[in-house]
Amino acid sequence: MIDMKNDYRSRNHSGWWAFLVHRLSGLALALFLPLHFWALGQALHGEAALDGFLRWAERPPVKFAEWILVLLLAAHLGGGVRLLMLEFLPWREWHKTLLACAAAVAIAAGLAFALAL
Amino acid sequence: MSAARRETLLWFAQRASAAVLALCVVVHLITIVYAVRGGLSAAEILGRAHGSGGWIAFYALFVLAVSVHAPIGLRAIAIEWLGWRGASRDWVVLAMAAALAIAGLRAAWAVFA
Repeated sequence: MIDMKNDYRSRNHSGWWAFLVHRLSGLALALFLPLHFWALGQALHGEAALDGFLRWAERPPVKFAEWILVLLLAAHLGGGVRLLMLEFLPWREWHKTLLACAAAVAIAAGLAFALAL
Repeated sequence: MSAARRETLLWFAQRASAAVLALCVVVHLITIVYAVRGGLSAAEILGRAHGSGGWIAFYALFVLAVSVHAPIGLRAIAIEWLGWRGASRDWVVLAMAAALAIAGLRAAWAVFA
């Protein structure tokens, strides 16, 4: 019972959520990369082949998935820079601020992409 | 190579590639937001990248950094969430790194050439 309580406590704070977001965003991005490279590789078959893929990607569900990916990329960037700062700079007392900055980077990139679409 | 030395090297490679990627991703995000305005077209993408030495150098560096970074991250997930240990895990991770590098450099070349 005590273990369960400690386990719950260890996972119910901002640092653990930051870890989870960083890990899941990284996993999603790693799974997406082969598809991204394949799509760009269509250019080897000529401009028309790449355009064919881009037309397919204009569907709303694909656009929504792209927006999620941009958000995940920005979240992973923000979380990664936060980790590098925590590990290499003597700023540990600022970690809550860094977390807020990481979230702000993700939100700003997501909004910018959504507005540009 | 000892296990401790291998882990240290992987830790360093993960952080070094992360530092490179931090810069690359900022440039990539700005490029994405700029590029999607008014919709994407092959002509626009190829027009921007075709024959540009700076573009291919940047994306080759980006691809190589991500080919180091992503497999090491997946390795950590394999260890911590799947409990996958042993040589087979590291061979699969190495194969992933090679496949990502080849596919990524091929994609960059496809847009550049």
